[in-house]
Amino acid sequence: MNFALSEELEMIRKSALDFATNELLPYEKENEENDGLPEETVKKIYAKAKDAGFVAVSMPEEVGGGGFGTLAEVLTIEAITSVVSGAMYWLLPNPSAILLACNEEQKKRYLTPAINCEKHECFALTEPEAGSDAGNIKTTAVKKGNKWVLNGTKRFISHADTADFAIVFAISDPENRLATAFLVDKGTPGFRVGQTHKTMGYMGYHQAELVFEDCEVPEENILGEVHKGWDLSNKWLRAGRLLTAAESLGQSARAIKLARDYSIQRVQFGQPVGDFQAVQFMLAECAAELYAARWMVYKTAWEEERNPDGRAMNEMIAYCKYFATEAHGRIVDKCLQIHGGMGYMKESPIEMLYRDARIERIWEGTSQIQLRIIGNGLRKRGVLHF
Amino acid sequence: MKILVCTKLVPDTSESDVSIDKTGKDIATNGLKFDINEADNYAVEEAILTREAKEGEVDVLCMAPQSADVVIRMALAKGCERALRIEDPRVNVRNPLQAAKVLAAAAKDQAYDLIFTGCMSSDDKNMSVGAALAEELGMNHAAMVKHVEIGDGKVTVQRELEGGLLEVSEVALPAVLSVQTGINTPRYAPVRELRKAMKKELKVVNLDDIGVDENQVNEAGSKVELLKLYYPEVISNAEMIEGTPEEKAEQIAFKLVKGGLL
Repeated sequence: MNFALSEELEMIRKSALDFATNELLPYEKENEENDGLPEETVKKIYAKAKDAGFVAVSMPEEVGGGGFGTLAEVLTIEAITSVVSGAMYWLLPNPSAILLACNEEQKKRYLTPAINCEKHECFALTEPEAGSDAGNIKTTAVKKGNKWVLNGTKRFISHADTADFAIVFAISDPENRLATAFLVDKGTPGFRVGQTHKTMGYMGYHQAELVFEDCEVPEENILGEVHKGWDLSNKWLRAGRLLTAAESLGQSARAIKLARDYSIQRVQFGQPVGDFQAVQFMLAECAAELYAARWMVYKTAWEEERNPDGRAMNEMIAYCKYFATEAHGRIVDKCLQIHGGMGYMKESPIEMLYRDARIERIWEGTSQIQLRIIGNGLRKRGVLHF
Repeated sequence: MKILVCTKLVPDTSESDVSIDKTGKDIATNGLKFDINEADNYAVEEAILTREAKEGEVDVLCMAPQSADVVIRMALAKGCERALRIEDPRVNVRNPLQAAKVLAAAAKDQAYDLIFTGCMSSDDKNMSVGAALAEELGMNHAAMVKHVEIGDGKVTVQRELEGGLLEVSEVALPAVLSVQTGINTPRYAPVRELRKAMKKELKVVNLDDIGVDENQVNEAGSKVELLKLYYPEVISNAEMIEGTPEEKAEQIAFKLVKGGLL
């Protein structure tokens, strides 16, 4: 067994840390306070991200991506979110891997502009009646000549307010509950952005509603194959779950560093609070949980890269999403406690981390959905021996 | 223009306590993270900026164990062309004159026009490797360089002096410039260049390869002997003065007079 990261991966991590410190951290406070950044600032960040190669890190080189694997992407997210908020990370235009399902003509219109930071997409699956139960979506796609007519409402769609196009999942075969994915441009008649929600955390990373009313989409805008939408949505969710686990690692590490530094400088009863065993134990528990979560995620990313169709990959990713995000919740809670009253104040980044952490256990499949995946696997295959 | 930049790997002590090892003459490195010396990071950037402005090649030179390869490759990803790492436990790296002798031996056959170093390493703080390297190679030297302008056969540098004063000097090439932090904004290694950096030349040599007599550069050959490292005793002479503001003022005045300070 060799757990050492390759030189290349070490370099990606270092480079990501530098990038986050120099190009993202200076804007974090402004993003938090104003629930977003001005368009010109975002464009500036896009340009820097593109220059530094932090767009489409794991996309193949042939399409303009970095050509690195899942582990590199995990390390990049972990490194960046150990410096800045998850919202600042997701500000970077990172095209989804499911866009690789684009045909040649679609690549020119969607994938290449996405990789070049000229356009970005949103992923429209969730609906008012279909959150965890994604298979229950009500949006329909009915074929009409060489077009498909979409009707329905999507909800909680991340950065849908600013996206240039949406990857929309709609039931195209009601009898067999089969879905198709469509690439729908903003401005298409019958497609509008509805309510944009105010959120508890992840400021600037807005969740919006998308409404489709007799929206006609040309056949050439089908992503992948007709009625094969679930394959794409599963692929997206699986990747998203691992990346969510990775951002929990980064944010947990940042929380622990903040709490550790605070515990050294904060003096009470004539000594730094970090000298009290009660505080040391809280920090130690956080560090131990992060250590376990980190290696679970690294190992799974490594496995996913080598054998994506391998036995029980879905379960292994569910283990990561469940454990890393739940640990993240416990870690930020303890780290805020170590800050005492100061942790409750907006001046301290731990307050932001605490709010941001809450969504990690919900999006990309709640903890309970992950446990269901793990539980089903246990029933079918018994305990996994890796 | 042929350019060389010298880098050093130093412990990152921003989060770690530093402790002294069993020999009493070195710090315990176990558990410490190492990274490029801060001033050397600026030197790498200045070397690349110079190459971008004047064309040519930039080589990186580093005397360190294999763990430095990541730092060296980062410099290659930023734009340096080739790297040479000197690894030899016989070298007394704590002595800047001996370290410079080894670096000079590795550089002497390459006919560099310009060599950049950081102005100081954050661990040993000798501030003398750059000057000693220039002496060994018979090159000119400028220290604490804040600005570089390449001319024809010469370089105009701004040097930072005491009290914010700047000095402008012309230095004939070939020269060694020891750059101050803040001279530029170091770039980060672009991700797309990392893979290319892995394919660039990184040669590893020892003293025998570069023709250096170990007796000149080992601890026995050093004219400076490091006797010990120690932490100064922490003493507190603070005296808390109690009472009302008037009483405190009276006591302070009394103590100042008694101590001959007023």
